[in-house]
Amino acid sequence: MSGRTGSPTVANPLDPAEIFRQEAVDLLARLEASLLDMEATPGDRALVDTAFRALHTLKGSGSMFGWDALAAFTHHIETTFDLVRRGELPVTRELVTLTLAAADHIRVLLEAPEQADKLRENALLASFRDLAPGSATTKPTKAAPPAGPAKAAAAGEKRTYRIRFRPGPDTMRLGTNPLLLLDELRGLGTCTVVPITDAVPPLEEIDPTGCYLAWDVVLTTAAATAAIADVFIFVADQSDLTIEELPIDPDAGRERRLGEILVERGDAVAADVAAGLNRQERLGTLLVRSGKVSEDRVASALVEQRHVRAAAKAKESSTTTGTIRVPAERLDSLMDQVGELVIAQARLMQQAVAGGDPVLKAISEDIERLASELRDTTMSIRMLPIGTLFGRFRRVVHDLSHELGKTVELATEGEETELDKTVIESLNDPLVHLIRNAIDHGLEEAGQRAAFGKPPVGRVLLSAVHSGAQVLITITDDGRGLNREKIRAKAEEKGLLAAGQDATDADLFGFIFHPGFSTAAAVTSVSGRGVGMDVVKRTIDGLRGTIEVASTVGQGTRITLKLPLTLAIIDGLLVRVGTERYVVPLSAVEECVELTREEDRRSEGRSFLNIRGDIVAFIRLRQLFEIPESAGAIQKVVIVAFGEARIGLVVDQVIGQHQTVIKSLSRLHRDLEGFSGATILGDGSVALILDIPHLIGFAREREAMLRAS
Amino acid sequence: MMTPSNVTEPREAPGTGKTGPGVRDAIQVLTLGLQGEVFAIETERVHEVLDLVEITRIPNSRPFIRGLINVRGKVITVTDLRTKFGMAAAARTVDTRIVVMEVRIDGEPTVVGALADRVYEVTEVAAASLEEAPRIGMRWRPEFIRAIGKRGDDFIIIADIDQVFASEEPAPRGNRLEAVPGLGAAA
Repeated sequence: MSGRTGSPTVANPLDPAEIFRQEAVDLLARLEASLLDMEATPGDRALVDTAFRALHTLKGSGSMFGWDALAAFTHHIETTFDLVRRGELPVTRELVTLTLAAADHIRVLLEAPEQADKLRENALLASFRDLAPGSATTKPTKAAPPAGPAKAAAAGEKRTYRIRFRPGPDTMRLGTNPLLLLDELRGLGTCTVVPITDAVPPLEEIDPTGCYLAWDVVLTTAAATAAIADVFIFVADQSDLTIEELPIDPDAGRERRLGEILVERGDAVAADVAAGLNRQERLGTLLVRSGKVSEDRVASALVEQRHVRAAAKAKESSTTTGTIRVPAERLDSLMDQVGELVIAQARLMQQAVAGGDPVLKAISEDIERLASELRDTTMSIRMLPIGTLFGRFRRVVHDLSHELGKTVELATEGEETELDKTVIESLNDPLVHLIRNAIDHGLEEAGQRAAFGKPPVGRVLLSAVHSGAQVLITITDDGRGLNREKIRAKAEEKGLLAAGQDATDADLFGFIFHPGFSTAAAVTSVSGRGVGMDVVKRTIDGLRGTIEVASTVGQGTRITLKLPLTLAIIDGLLVRVGTERYVVPLSAVEECVELTREEDRRSEGRSFLNIRGDIVAFIRLRQLFEIPESAGAIQKVVIVAFGEARIGLVVDQVIGQHQTVIKSLSRLHRDLEGFSGATILGDGSVALILDIPHLIGFAREREAMLRAS
Repeated sequence: MMTPSNVTEPREAPGTGKTGPGVRDAIQVLTLGLQGEVFAIETERVHEVLDLVEITRIPNSRPFIRGLINVRGKVITVTDLRTKFGMAAAARTVDTRIVVMEVRIDGEPTVVGALADRVYEVTEVAAASLEEAPRIGMRWRPEFIRAIGKRGDDFIIIADIDQVFASEEPAPRGNRLEAVPGLGAAA
């Protein structure tokens, strides 16, 4: 169960080349995502910028870490995108397809440079040249790449500036409204503006067309100093203007005091500040009262202090909430150790309860709480949003729609849904199979769709949603749907179904996951591509998940994968039958009811319970598991549900809740049915975990059999 | 350490009792008793020997599989070699032990436990005394036996545990839920 598809490249996580490789993989993913978005919304400049930045950083870091071929190749693509960015080249489908191909080539250059196909590279470059004459001909300048990452980093980083702007008295007469300039500054970033009114003359001396005001501005922006200066370009020669960068250093540990700011600005003399400080009053009030500094200027300096404080805080939080990369093996061993801790804690608890020492019991309860929190945190570390996986399928759909000449739109929902990393890793192949099937076999040709009155663009929806301790992933297409008759014919031909035998939709659709049951021949008579639905089934089974298929002819098919949130630890309900103990996954438990001896006798032979008007079939675990001891006076029925189905499990005693560390069983048990694994109890003994979906399936079969007889 | 090739060597010189050059003089084995016979398992495969602990039964599993035990936080399957050798299951006694060893199942190394009536000792069997199991006159399947060694006047049966675990049971009862009496689905 812990089968991790570990990549062999995690040898040394601190190797700079390895860091670059990981970064480059992210950058390529970002590039690909922005290209695919670009195809849908060609006018979005932000996407072009994202693509350009990804290319730029790839080139820059690549050459820094010695991936020269990669850097040289990327340079040409970057040049083309520079043209796009400047609006000299339109975003076309051709450009997107070509750049996607280039991204693939970059990936080869990254992962196996020695296998890179030089001919293909030249062909790609030639295509880029055709697309943008003059772009790919320029040689990469040797100086440019190393400067790349530094510049890119600088461009993204926010800096804080102090701008002191005192327009000349004629400014307004010359037709400039200084307020518009301030608005322009506000457009650049977080901006605090304080007006300085100390030059305003008494009312009788005011010239209504004159400009007496000045402004102190503190601006936090990603824009360069030049961009700020540009704002004032038309008034610069008649104004007093200073632009200075303020140091924002959250690590410095202290911020600048008001006095320091005033002195630094030249608004106060150091001696006055020192004198003020000696008086032990609030410095601002003091300096204003003594007439050394105007009120506005103190207010402005205070505002700067506040602004800088906020900027430093923002910077600090952006560095602390960042992410770190951790080799997956460490997470796996952390999870193992937490599992051991949970088991040890359960033993401690048992001892504490048995011993009756209240202090020991209190400590044990504390440890239980800590262990449970540690478990949750550890599991959350292993959780990844499924969007990381969905992103890859856009490329699959893009390529496949080109290949098959069908226009397909892939919509995704619930990308933020989180799942255990191991589950996500294992889901890639099954989902690719299902999506390929949906497009290849499910969706009709455009002409056919028009005949049915459907929109010409086929739609595949990929969605993920949490449902209790499970995640439901659905793949929905609006194609032709599964053909029940053909599946039945094929099933009868293969001897899976007797001729004319009743079969529910669930039975029929289940056959498509049968090994060797070609969906192509059965459903669409389009040649299959060897896509094994049985492989999908096996993978999902391995993850302790289930598959449900719903389909309406002419309207489409929906395949739902139900997966457990995690593979490592679950909450379980511990039950006893005879002297044996079993764990029922708590997520499946609906309620526990009593089965008295009378009811037990009455239900002999029919095995149905009336739960508030609903008929619920039940299984006697004693009988099923061949447990020799006879039952006590009162038995309990644990009602479990899976999806729509509910059954009761008759047990002798419900012991209680139990944090269950799942231990997978060895290969000797590969044909074992009814159990999904084992766990270790507080007393050190082993208990089996019931496989609820399987037991429900078994109960259904039996029910059908009883009805038939 | 010993490699399996040292042990298979005698097969190439059957019946001669002689071993080729370069073969070590002796192999180290753990000897254990099953229904009065002395079996041996190469020590390099043996992890540890445990006293009998409570075994959690697995309902509807093959009789060869006796259940699960906890070995320091790991769940290990306990098997009964007697079933494989066609012997009747033994009552548990104070001498009963669980031999934890590594076998290859489907090519994957797997740690399993095996019940033994008693465990004797770790000993060396002279390579010169090893002989291939005779094809006839054996009570158990020849592929289970790697070689037969002699210690004094006694025979020691050196088992090929990978083969033992890879084999089907003599009389597979099946472990599917359908096999449960009175609960089977319609055929």
